[in-house]
Amino acid sequence: MTTLWVAILGVALASAAIKALGPVLVGGKELPPSADAVIALLAPALLTALVVSETFGDDGHLVLDARAVGVGVAALALALRAPVLLAVALAALTTALLRAFI
Amino acid sequence: MSVGKKYGGVYLAGARAALPFALATFVLGISFGVLARSLGWGIVAPIVFSVIAFSGSAQFAVVAVLGAGGGALAAIVAAILLNSRFLPMGVAVAPFLKGGPLRRALEGQAVVDASWALASRGGGRFDREFMIGATLPQVAAWISGTVIGVLSSDVVGNVERLGLDVIFPAFFMALLVDELRDGWRTIAVALIAAVLSLVLVPWVPPGVPVIAACAAALLGLKRRSS
Repeated sequence: MTTLWVAILGVALASAAIKALGPVLVGGKELPPSADAVIALLAPALLTALVVSETFGDDGHLVLDARAVGVGVAALALALRAPVLLAVALAALTTALLRAFI
Repeated sequence: MSVGKKYGGVYLAGARAALPFALATFVLGISFGVLARSLGWGIVAPIVFSVIAFSGSAQFAVVAVLGAGGGALAAIVAAILLNSRFLPMGVAVAPFLKGGPLRRALEGQAVVDASWALASRGGGRFDREFMIGATLPQVAAWISGTVIGVLSSDVVGNVERLGLDVIFPAFFMALLVDELRDGWRTIAVALIAAVLSLVLVPWVPPGVPVIAACAAALLGLKRRSS
């Protein structure tokens, strides 16, 4: 039981510290333009990595499953200029149907 | 930009935009509660955990590590690795937060994947009020889901059967498509990040590939030719 509470408190503190670090260190100061340029490109880099790891990653393995088809359908819908919510709904629906019938 | 009323509207718009994620988060919260209860965590500990940590990925990691017989330190390390992505996300939003160090540290707590992404306005800009507004319903959904999960431990909320787990990558994909319209440099960054994370997933602990992929943003150091 103690192990559990140590883990809970440790994770909560670590998580809060990680989230606080960037805003405290970077915030409010003028940054050199080169740093601004790198920070501006963090969004596409992070988004890509999140898509890849949440679509193909499974506990340290690369897998190709219903998620990839669902996200693929969303990408296709977006390429055809579908609204974001429709694309996301299609992804969930496709994935759910594949899992139900295969 | 001066009146509070306008900010109120932006907070509300953020909260509304986050509702689909709040739904998914709610179902995830139920699964977390059910899972934690099945490991003998009782009722109080899982709920306290969701209130003070509010981090789905980290909490599921703790369940996995402790459930497999691991110790507290291993669980904390796993959670840190998973949540390390909030460091670059926090750096990215930092210029748009307000106040002194303490207030900024507090506002930084509003950074969660979906809110951060929803508040991204392209070209490195972020909407602070929209992000905070988007986080509130997700916090509420996560905590209430956990409560329902621990109290109804035999009703398994099945996120996967409903396909809700792909809401997140599909949504990140939508934002990415928007970002990619910025031009070739952004596309190059995305390609490098994709390769880095694909290559790393099988070799390093979960969470690390996302952090490593941030290295792609160093392409920003290369001077724009225009």
